[in-house]
Order: sequence, then structure tokens, then C-alpha cells
Amino acid sequence: MNRIVSVIVNNKPGVLNRVTAMFMRRGFNIQSITVGATEAEGQSRMTIVVADMDEPDIEQMMKQLHKQIDVLKVTEVTEQPMVARELALIRVHSPVPTRGVLSTLIDPFRATIIDVGVETVTIQSVGKPEKVDALIALLRPYGIKELARTGVTALSRDSDTVGEVARLQANTLSL
Amino acid sequence: MSALVQPTSNQTAGVPDPWITGAEMLVEALRSEGVEVIFGYPGGAVLPLYDALYECGIPHVLTRHEQGAIHAAEGYARVSGKTGVVIATSGPGATNLVTGLADAMLDSLPIVAITGQVPTSVIGSDAFQETSIISISTPITKHNYQVRTAQELPGILKEAFHIASTGRPGPVLIDIPKDVANASGIFDYQEPVQVPGYQPTIKPNQMQLRKVVSAIRAAKKPVILAGAGVLHAKAHESLRQFAEQTQIPVVHTLLGLGGFPADHSLYLGMGGMHGSLVANMALYETDLLINIGARFDDRLTGNLQYFAKNAVVVHIDIDPAEIGKNVRTHIPVVGDAGESLKSMLDMELTPVQADEWMAYLLQLRDEYPFWYQQDGTLKPQRVMEIVHQQTQGEAVVVTDVGQHQMWAAQFYPFNGPHRWVTSGGLGTMGFGLPAAIGAQLGAPDRTVVAIVGDAGFQMTLQELSVLAESQLPVKVIIFNNHSLGMVRQWQELFYEGRYSETLLSNQPDFVKLADAYHIPGFRVEGEEDFARALQAGLATDGPVLIECRINPEENVFPMVAPGKGIHEMVGVKP
Ligand SMILES: Cc1ncc(C[n+]2csc(CCOP(=O)(O)OP(=O)(O)O)c2C)c(N)n1
Repeated sequence: MNRIVSVIVNNKPGVLNRVTAMFMRRGFNIQSITVGATEAEGQSRMTIVVADMDEPDIEQMMKQLHKQIDVLKVTEVTEQPMVARELALIRVHSPVPTRGVLSTLIDPFRATIIDVGVETVTIQSVGKPEKVDALIALLRPYGIKELARTGVTALSRDSDTVGEVARLQANTLSL
Repeated sequence: MSALVQPTSNQTAGVPDPWITGAEMLVEALRSEGVEVIFGYPGGAVLPLYDALYECGIPHVLTRHEQGAIHAAEGYARVSGKTGVVIATSGPGATNLVTGLADAMLDSLPIVAITGQVPTSVIGSDAFQETSIISISTPITKHNYQVRTAQELPGILKEAFHIASTGRPGPVLIDIPKDVANASGIFDYQEPVQVPGYQPTIKPNQMQLRKVVSAIRAAKKPVILAGAGVLHAKAHESLRQFAEQTQIPVVHTLLGLGGFPADHSLYLGMGGMHGSLVANMALYETDLLINIGARFDDRLTGNLQYFAKNAVVVHIDIDPAEIGKNVRTHIPVVGDAGESLKSMLDMELTPVQADEWMAYLLQLRDEYPFWYQQDGTLKPQRVMEIVHQQTQGEAVVVTDVGQHQMWAAQFYPFNGPHRWVTSGGLGTMGFGLPAAIGAQLGAPDRTVVAIVGDAGFQMTLQELSVLAESQLPVKVIIFNNHSLGMVRQWQELFYEGRYSETLLSNQPDFVKLADAYHIPGFRVEGEEDFARALQAGLATDGPVLIECRINPEENVFPMVAPGKGIHEMVGVKP
């Protein structure tokens, strides 16, 4: 299972570079990373998805993140009650006669057709990454011409997410 | 209040103008920080800074290469405990700092490095001498800044000094574009530093420490591993008390040397690849390993599979990211080494019941000391003994990297802290001579001895100029084995003696070289010659260079071969 880490950083030039440079240097592989504004001015949220790793490795990754001076808060949200969503834009080969079928097909995914061309339609899908995966798999036989995924962004359901960092600082690292 | 302003030309009569240039702000900040010396090298992008430094009263040491400047700042920081300051110009000046930044990062030395940058208007256009030192230095600095306006300069400077010198110390780089140095702003250095993302934990968690104390009660084979964190925290005295009250023996890392007196009955010596057998066996067999301020470097641990494999591991470190990084840890303690030791000294400490363990260790210590065999050649180990004898063990010893570094660590025992300056983490050849310059400036009243190899010396030997110019009384001792000794040793042991590019056939005449720099030089081939030369050297007020012709085939033993366990030492006896 992929791990999702939510990182609050100072919104300053170069911060993304610092974070990705750390991942590269320490040999951690990023599957996806999204960066955007938060409710607080001057702060951004990075949502970083990494492939599953051993507990000591994820702990080391989080500590290295936290060591960055521009990183304010680090929370692993994988196991927490949370909402994780991804947006995908999928351009599918779709001559006019097949469009009705396509429409029915994507309906249960609550995906929508947002652009229509002569030979193709563009579908927008928002949801959990697995749902997006499933839709893509379903559309593949029709011929996917272009695909853009944003990567996951996530929020804890519980607004109090300082737990992880507080735990690290209080010397109560898990063994 | 710090001196706020220097009168500037556009001030109205009597009223000091609070507006000063970025360059002047730098000088004011350095004054406020109590900076005693700056190491650096000028160039186009730092002309405004150097103009402000001109006649500012803070001494500046012009090294002959920026790498020399930053290693000197490191040597200064290591012996004085203060932050070393270095200035370099943009582009090549900045890139010449890279090795030193990486070195200071790995060895946790407080450095503030100032680099010039091309004017903000042309950043990104590949302007003359433009390089992105921010991108380059990101992984090798604790933090870095590119200043965009003069007004943010005082805050950044204050923050940089704070970050460099607190928590786990490290290098911080500030990149100042030329136009920012020329622009004006109001200098306010009063604002307290506030860095929300940087709150190092100094005070350890007491509950964790109580766990350590109860683990001590249960231990049969305890050992303390003391690293440079003890020295940074100035906790050597607390360490001694803690070891004495618990009667737990102490092993040092290479960088920790001097944190615990070498002549103490509980001292087992240095551990690691070229450490003592007793130290390594203690680390191998222990049932309670108390690591204080060491980071479990692989040159210390050997193959991790065998390291402290039956031990409860305690790790006290100010940097939580070091805990559990290399060695699984049972009792983590995040905090300052001194605070942690003091807290435990306030708890009930009783001597461990480990008579058998101690008897075993002391027997190993007696039976397997560091050794060498006299064979008619000048023995580098014997040279270190003579240096120790003639300096009464009180010198500041600075080394370069290689075999000589290990001989110095093995044969110059330290009874006090802040006397040992070496490049541990990065293993930087060329470190020794410039670091000795900085060490002498950081400890002007001490004898400073630089122990260097013939190859590493040639990487930064141009800094002899500084020794001569400032008449710094550093005694430079070159171990000339006509080879890249440490690498040659590995080729002998692990590559069937195929000496690929490690033998130096065309050496300069080191004595003439010293002479060319107006430094007295001696060449010695025998023990007595060396003793005489050193005596003469120590009696001289200025710098001296002594070239020791040693046997090119001399090797460093004992040794844990790469990939082997710490208990598998070879060359433990003649
Ligand atoms: C800048 C740099 N390049 C290469 C090395 C690899 N290296 C480690 S020790 C060594 C040989 C050093 O030779 P010398 O300075 O003569 O010292 P010796 O080992 O002979 O005492 C080399 C090449 C290094 N540590 N640093």
C-alpha cells in the first residue's frame, strides 16, 4: 500500500527543491507530489505519495522532512481517517457512434465529459486514486490518446494532525 | 545595543542616518555576533562587501584558495566552539567552498558562509560568474538563503548565525547579490530570532532517561560510545562523572577523541575500522550500548549485522533523524548530550555490577595495545609518540586524511577536549593545513601541530603563504611515504598489490618548498633527527615544516576490513 505524507511548508522560493533534493539524496522514491495553498497565509501543503516501505524507513523519511527548516509540520495520513483525492483528465478515442456507450460507462464513476472533439472526448475524473485507476483500466480498450493525473492531495478528517510531529519530538519514537 | 550606524556621506549634520548599505549591514551583523576573524577571498561580486570590510577592524585572513578559507573556518570552529565565518565571491569562489560545506555538514561544524552573487536583475541569465550556489549547496548545508532585498539582510544574518550554532551545528550559506549589497535599508539587529520550523529539542525527556537508568541497573556488559556531540555540548566533565558514578567504560569515535581522558582507567580507546581491539570487542559483545552524540558512521560500526547485536541500544542525540537511522534503537533520547548527562546525574546512579566484563576488557586492553615494530626506518607511530612527549599531550593536533590521520588518532592520546581537529565524515584530503591555520587562530596560546600526508598536503599547500604572512606558529609535519598511503594499503590488502595510480614518483622538495614560502624546513629520516627538529621547531615562534621520510610500505593496523564485522580485526598483534 502506498504511503501518504502531508507536509506543511513555508511558501518560499526553493522549498520544493529542498524537499525533492532531500528525497533524492536519501534514496526515497516519490510516486507523486502535489503542492498548493493552505488556509494559512505563507504556508503550502505538500502531499507526497511514496511506495510502501518499512517502518524505520518511513520514520527516517519523516524525520528528514521535519529537519528541513522550512518544513513546519509532517503527518503521515495513510492510516488516519482522511480524504485523499486525485484528478485525472483522460482523452479517449471516441468516434461519434461510441459516445453513448462511453457516457454510460463513466457514469458510475461520476466522471464527466468536459471536452468533445471530432475523434476524441476528454473525460474528467475525481476520486480516490484506486477509482481513477479503475476508470483508466476500463477506458483503455477504447484507446487512450492522452492522460494527465494530478497526483493525490489529502486532508485528515480529524483537524488535529499535529500528533505525529509531537510524538517525534517528545522522544517517544516507536521502536 | 549594537553599533547601529556608521556615519555615511549623505547624513545630515549631527543626525546619524539609519540607512546603511547591505554591505555595511553585514559588517554590523558580524560585529554584533562577536566575530573575531573572517576567512575569505575577494572577487567582483563581493567588491561591495570587501569595501565595507576595509578598515572595519575585524581581522580578515586571505587564504590562497576558497577551500582553504572554509577549512580554516572549520578548524577555528572546532577548537573555539564559535561560528566560523567565510566569504567568497560568486561563481568559482562559491563552488570552491563546496568541499568545505560538505565537510562541515557531515562533521556538524558551525559555519556561516557568505557568497557574492550576480545582481538580481541578471540572475538566471548565465551572467558572468553566475552559478546557482543555492541549488548546489542545498544538500550540503543546514540551511541556505538568497537575499532579495537589503531590508531582509539583518534578519537573515541573525537567523543564519542562530541556526548554524544551535541544535546540531552545521554550515549555513547566505548568497548576497551585488545590488543587494549596494542597496540601503535600516539595520535592526534587535528583533529576536523566530524560526517556527526550527525548534531543536535541548531538554531531554525525563521518562526516557529514567529508562536508561534502569537499563543500566540491569546491564552486565555496558559500554558508553561517546561522539563529538559530547564536545559540541561541552559535556566532557559530565561524561566523566557519569562514567565514574556508573563505572561504565567509555569508547570514543574518531571525532569524539578528547571528550573523555585517555589516561582514565575506564577508557577503552577509539572504536572503528582502525580502533583498538578492546573498544571494538566491547561494542561487539555489549549488552547495553549507550551512544552519546555519535551517529553510528559505517567506519565505526563495520558490518551492521555484527554491531552490538545483543545489546539494548540507547541513543542520545540532539538530531532525532540520527536515531534509528543506522542502528535499531531501543531507548531513544532526543536532546543535548550535556543536558541528558546532567539529568541522569541527578537521578540515582549506582555502579554497575560488571566485574567480569571489566576484568575481561582490561585484559584485552593490556594484551592488545596499538603496536608497531621498530625496523630501522622512521616509524610514523614513533613520530606521534615523540610529538606527544614533546608537547606534553597538550597540543592541538590537526590532521589531513589518510594513514597519518589514523596514526595520529592511535598514538596521540588526548586528556582534554577541543584539541583534535580532523575531517571524519567526508574524509577530505587537503583539510589539514588550512584547518590548522584556523585552529591556531581559534586557540592562539596553544601549540598547534598539523600532521599531513605528502599527497593531501599537496592539495592545499598554497596556504603556507598564510602561515608565513601571519607568522602563525603551526608546526607542519609531513609524513612522506611517496604514495597515497591509505589507498595504497587497500590495494596491497584487497587488490593484490596492483598499485594503480597510488605511487608518487615525482615529489617536490618539501624543504625547498617551505623555503620558497619563507618557512624554515627540515627533512628527517631518523627518530633522533626528528626529535631534534621538533624541539627546534617548538622553540621557534613562527611556523616550521618538518618532512619525515617514512617507509612507503608502512600500514595502519589493526583493521576491520570493509564489509567485515567489528569483531573481525586483523593485525591486532605484531
Ligand atoms: C579529496 C580526496 N580525494 C581522494 C581521497 C581518497 N583518499 C583517502 S586517503 C588517500 C591517500 C592520502 O595520501 P597521503 O595524503 O599521502 O596520506 P597517507 O595516507 O599516505 O598518510 C586518498 C587518495 C580523499 N580522501 N580525499
